[in-house]
Amino acid sequence: MAGVIDIRALGLAYERDGQTTQVLSGLDLTIERGEFLAIVGESGVGKSTLLRVLIGLAEPSAGTFRIDAEPGKRAPVALVFQDARLLPWRRVIDNVTFGLEWSGVPRLERRRRAKAMLDLVGLGDLGHRWPHQLSGGQRQRVALARALAVEPEVLLMDEPFAALDSFTREGLQDELLRIRERTGRTILFVTHDIDEAVYLADRVIVLAGRPAGIAAELRVELPQPRRRRDPGLADTARQLRTELSQRSAEL
Amino acid sequence: MKNLSRTAVSAAGLIAFLALWEALPRLGLLNTALVPPPSEVPAAFLRELRSGTWLTAVLNSLSHYVTGLAVGAGAGLILGVASGLFRPFETATAWIVRLLRPIPGLAWVPFAIIWFGVEPAAAIFIIAIGVFWIVFFATQGAVRGVDRDLIEVAEAFGFRSAPARLVKIVLPAATPGIMVGVRTALGQAWMAVVAAEIFGVPGVGQRMMQASSLLSTEIVLVYMLTMAGLYGLFDTAFVALQNWLLRWRA
Repeated sequence: MAGVIDIRALGLAYERDGQTTQVLSGLDLTIERGEFLAIVGESGVGKSTLLRVLIGLAEPSAGTFRIDAEPGKRAPVALVFQDARLLPWRRVIDNVTFGLEWSGVPRLERRRRAKAMLDLVGLGDLGHRWPHQLSGGQRQRVALARALAVEPEVLLMDEPFAALDSFTREGLQDELLRIRERTGRTILFVTHDIDEAVYLADRVIVLAGRPAGIAAELRVELPQPRRRRDPGLADTARQLRTELSQRSAEL
Repeated sequence: MKNLSRTAVSAAGLIAFLALWEALPRLGLLNTALVPPPSEVPAAFLRELRSGTWLTAVLNSLSHYVTGLAVGAGAGLILGVASGLFRPFETATAWIVRLLRPIPGLAWVPFAIIWFGVEPAAAIFIIAIGVFWIVFFATQGAVRGVDRDLIEVAEAFGFRSAPARLVKIVLPAATPGIMVGVRTALGQAWMAVVAAEIFGVPGVGQRMMQASSLLSTEIVLVYMLTMAGLYGLFDTAFVALQNWLLRWRA
């Protein structure tokens, strides 16, 4: 049973002021193709570090991972950062083409794809703007378009909506579900918000402990599209919280 | 309205200054050979222009200016990037920089003459040295201040090599800081032009020294004002370029 990402016995540590802190250990995780997996945990639990390892910005301290990507065709993974991190000296459209520039895609094709991605995230008319002329929500949409443009096997998202106000956040959550429906992308979504995870994902994993491991795991059986007020969602979230507090007590 | 009255006050200040300047030598309170009245300047300017002296001097100086600026800024940019990017390089050069940095550009005049003779190359060398340090430090600081988060974006999207990161992130992100240095250098280089030419390399500075030795102070004045005008022109053009290059900023 090989998923699009297989993580085996993964350990993560970071060093600060010469001290090594073990944040995650013995993580086994398989992400299925087309799945929307949410990882929840409090800050410092190693969620973001896990994404950084998967995209190659950090090295694991133990264990292995494998990303199943068609060789030479698609980028294995692309990351949406929490703070959009657009390049301020590039117009919106040129921010979206950024990830395509090293792969030898011709310029016109890059533009065409970027335009299509901007249309997909609902910003088709704003390609000529500078990032500073956008709202926080619009910036995050551009960051999403930039990641989607490289057509990754797995889209990694690191608390992408955490810095937005709740109206914008809910709008972008629905937008993300719509885009997922359209593109069939596999999504690995990190958040500290259990309700957000339950609303969006097919499966939710809770990380907890020091060093952290999987404290709870739950499949959200409700079909998409979901209603925010659905009692089933609240039940699932409550179930996760209970499991989490029990496991935390044990640890 | 407020802007208009401000302009009027500034203009009035300038006119009062010129009037006072005109009056003092005319009233015999100052020797006209030492302080020529401004009204003598236009005629002197026309004389210099008609004889072709003005154009030759200005073109010579401009060629020293532009070449010195390009050489100094280019070297400052390259070494500033290297030193901002690579710690070992910065460490290795730290004491050399500390040793050479305090030496004023003009202190290089003896060597400039020995190495290049009384030739344009000597003037270019003096100008380039002053420009070099300004651009070097501005670039080094700007490169070092580049947001790590943006470099991570480049890495996350596949730009792993140092040259790719330099072109895609470091240089564009450092441009505002580098531009500030270059603008300062633009002014600094004009000072160096006069100083470098005063020891005999043909140009505005040399013409000023000739005129002063003949006590033609009104001609000295012509060139002083010429330099002020040229500097204003270059600075305005540069600010326009800067605003265009940095139009992405809020």
